Amino acid sequence: MAESPAYNYHPRWLRRRVSTYWWLEKRSYFAFVLREGSCLFVAWFVVYLLLLIWRVLQGDAAYQEFLTWSARPSVLLLNIVSFLFLVYHAITFFDAAPRALVVHVGKKRAPQQLIGASHYAAWLVASAVVFWLLLGA
Amino acid sequence: MIPTHDVVLVGGGGAGLRAAIAIAEFNPRLDIAVVSKVYPMRSHTVSAEGGAAGAVAPDDSLDEHSYDTIAGGDWLCDQDAVEMFVQEAPRELLRLEHWGCPWSREPDGRIAVRPFGGMKNMRTWFAADKTGFHMLHTLFQTSLKYTTVRRYDEWFVTRLLVDEGRVQGVVAIDLASGRVEAITARAVILCTGGCGKVFPFTTNAAINTGDGMALAYRAGAALKDMEFVQYHPTGLPFTGILITEAARAEGGYLINKDGYRYLQDYNLGTPHKEPVLKSMELGPRDRLSQAFMQEFAKGRTTDTPYGPVVHLDLRHLGAKKIDAKIPFVRELCMKYQGLDPVKDLIPVRPVVHYMMGGVHTDIDGATTLPGLYAAGETACVSINGANRLGSNSLPELLVFGARAGHAAAEYASRLYDVTPGIVVQTEEERRRVERDLLNRRGHERIADLRTEMQATMEASAGIYRTRAELEKGVERLRQLRVRLADVAIEDDSRTFNTERVSALELAFMVDIADAIIASAVKREESRGAHQRTDFPARDDIRFLSHSVVYRNPDGTPRVDYMPVTITRWPPAERVYGEAAAHAGPHHAAGRSLPAGETV
Amino acid sequence: MRDHITLQVARYLPEKQSEPTFDEHEVPCPKDWVVLDGLNYIKDRIDGTLSYRWSCRMGICGSCGMTVNGEPKLTCATFLADYAPGPLRIEPLRNFPIIRDLIVDIGDFMRKLAAVKPFILRRYEKPISEGEYLQTPDELDEYKQFSMCINCMLCYAACPIYGLDPKFIGPAAIALAQRYNLDTRDEGAAQRMDVLNEHAGIWGCTFVGECTKVCPKHVDPAGAIQRYKLTGAVESMKAFFMPRGA
Repeated sequence: MAESPAYNYHPRWLRRRVSTYWWLEKRSYFAFVLREGSCLFVAWFVVYLLLLIWRVLQGDAAYQEFLTWSARPSVLLLNIVSFLFLVYHAITFFDAAPRALVVHVGKKRAPQQLIGASHYAAWLVASAVVFWLLLGA
Repeated sequence: MIPTHDVVLVGGGGAGLRAAIAIAEFNPRLDIAVVSKVYPMRSHTVSAEGGAAGAVAPDDSLDEHSYDTIAGGDWLCDQDAVEMFVQEAPRELLRLEHWGCPWSREPDGRIAVRPFGGMKNMRTWFAADKTGFHMLHTLFQTSLKYTTVRRYDEWFVTRLLVDEGRVQGVVAIDLASGRVEAITARAVILCTGGCGKVFPFTTNAAINTGDGMALAYRAGAALKDMEFVQYHPTGLPFTGILITEAARAEGGYLINKDGYRYLQDYNLGTPHKEPVLKSMELGPRDRLSQAFMQEFAKGRTTDTPYGPVVHLDLRHLGAKKIDAKIPFVRELCMKYQGLDPVKDLIPVRPVVHYMMGGVHTDIDGATTLPGLYAAGETACVSINGANRLGSNSLPELLVFGARAGHAAAEYASRLYDVTPGIVVQTEEERRRVERDLLNRRGHERIADLRTEMQATMEASAGIYRTRAELEKGVERLRQLRVRLADVAIEDDSRTFNTERVSALELAFMVDIADAIIASAVKREESRGAHQRTDFPARDDIRFLSHSVVYRNPDGTPRVDYMPVTITRWPPAERVYGEAAAHAGPHHAAGRSLPAGETV
Repeated sequence: MRDHITLQVARYLPEKQSEPTFDEHEVPCPKDWVVLDGLNYIKDRIDGTLSYRWSCRMGICGSCGMTVNGEPKLTCATFLADYAPGPLRIEPLRNFPIIRDLIVDIGDFMRKLAAVKPFILRRYEKPISEGEYLQTPDELDEYKQFSMCINCMLCYAACPIYGLDPKFIGPAAIALAQRYNLDTRDEGAAQRMDVLNEHAGIWGCTFVGECTKVCPKHVDPAGAIQRYKLTGAVESMKAFFMPRGA
């Protein structure tokens, strides 16, 4: 398809710059940036988990030290905030998943609520298994 | 001089894009330009809803489609063109299917058809109730495949360049920058659509200002059958938004203020619960609109702040059927009337919808001017005669777009060059557009003149016309022209000057209005959409001919007549309702009578 | 019930201004009037120089998209009475260069539309004489939603990624590519994947989801893009592990 003879860039047409604070302009934009930012807190929990495992491997004393350190108000606050972001991350992910996953049952498409619900169900089952392992065994 | 392009298409809607594709496929060495005042996907083809007719069902026949069309057109159709059209239509619709058009389907995967007004058989293909939208987008997206098609998006054509007796291109304004350029070519095809904006209440978009018809008229080409203006019986009262005929095809009823299905009083059959083809609500559009006017005269219509209305009753169809077959109708009613057709009655009234007339062309889209072709609603071949059947105009775009494209391509292959005379014409036009139409002092507002023109047309050239009103209309338009010379254009910018465009469009529309009224005054009979209360009968002896209007050098219209081509079906009575079961193509087929003699 | 509304309309005349300004006008707002009726009132009676695009006024041509009180909307489908007494701010669509007043240049979108090869691609075309390609209503439903796009570009105006990086191909273009990929008659998915499976293509999208929110025709371009990402990722893996077998 040949290019139309119109100008691609015209010096008089006004291009407005997008502000660096574009994400503060709308509630939905802000929620989006929070969602994206929540992965930082996911990363923190991974690091925390690795630290925990490392300390456990180093023996009982190191583990107790780690627990004391974790009880410090700053670390506690960080972990609480991280947990909240993690829940936000999970919920927004589960809400988004049905939009990308189109599953066909026979000829018809599985309804979106079903896909979303199965994510939550899997989360519950996985959590139940982990709890059972930690508390029961 | 070598022209810029081989073929220039003015207008990028259904007909224009189909023609462009036809030329590109026919001769890939030809350079094609599509010049449109809007981006192609904005063309008014996009708002067509109901469907496109193509006789493919095993119990249907081309002869039946021909007969329905000819009877629907009150025998003013050129029958050779109609016979060719009904044959080509299914092939074109199938070609569009191959290009990806999402036609609605039967459960087994075959194309589905639905009934439509004035058609004896179900033969209307449809894509939900957005047929025009899907057709246009399919055509536009398919046209992107062809590298020989260059587009001039948002270039407004102001004049045809004519020298040595043939058309050699156009002069157009690049709206974004304001520069005025000549786009020269060996052949020009006009596909600019209709002129509904000449009237105040119309389903048409703002862009339908009859540009191509006026361009041809001013260049000396003939316009044909201009007095035949179709009123669609069901438009919403304030906006004029179209409520598709498909709503009636699926079973809707038209009722007056007493809840009575009034069409049974007008020789359109007796009411049944289910829709009956060619009967009652599935009668032809001109008869339904005329029935409304008569109900209004009897005081049986409902008054609203926006004029008298009747009601379309879809409640008995149920939400499931409405959402499956006519979802866009529901959407439009909810949005623009604040009511839900599943539970409420829809107020409707006749609104101007289609122009049967247009630039006179032969069966291949050629006009009276060498090098000038036309296709689509802009042209008048004529396959629609005095009244068009619903779902015939979408295939018309395809069939005649392709034919005009072919014919123009062949003409362009003869390699005519551009003569130096057009340089002077371009300069004249540039001066007119740039000097005379920017920051122009005057006392008249464009909008006021436009409203006056529209009011004149509604009063003089409405559904029912009289000599007195028509002559009053001629006088009002004459005064309007004087006022037009004093129009003010405040906008002095060259960048996207829409005020200048409005003024140019208004001037086009006044020319068209002149042609319509002049043709209507001279036709002293009632046929199809042209109804004269002073001449209420059809007169096949004097008026079984097309009216042809030319522009005199002083700007006034000159009306003449040319014969209608009758091949196999001599004029008979138009019958709808129960009687339609007996009328059909087998009637008098094979016997050809001289024009004027009835069976 | 307020019967008049104040409209603040953005004006920009490139020959005379370097920044847009705002004109304020009071227009009537009966309950049937949409923003477009207000603009037409200004143009017809008060200031003929106001420039904007419009055509069908029934939400199908896609011409009249503008920013209304900060949100991208079709002005033929937005009712004035909902905002009375105002003021109602009307600006051109975001993220596109402004040519004049309320008119933006959509050339970038037109190029991107063409770039995704939005037409049926097949190895062998069936001749017309053999009739239609069979397609069941269920198969039609697979892509029908994505075929409803009216090219109004409200999605581009809402997309912050497109605003920050104009190289991003954008929601409508990808939805259109999906419309053809999912059409059973088409065989060109691989060719479109080449165009889209890169950073300026689908991977530029971070699923903000604004495009789907503003779409007046419920096309759900965000859904189309995320589905396409899955397909794209699977294709990339297949190409990596089975370069010839894929």
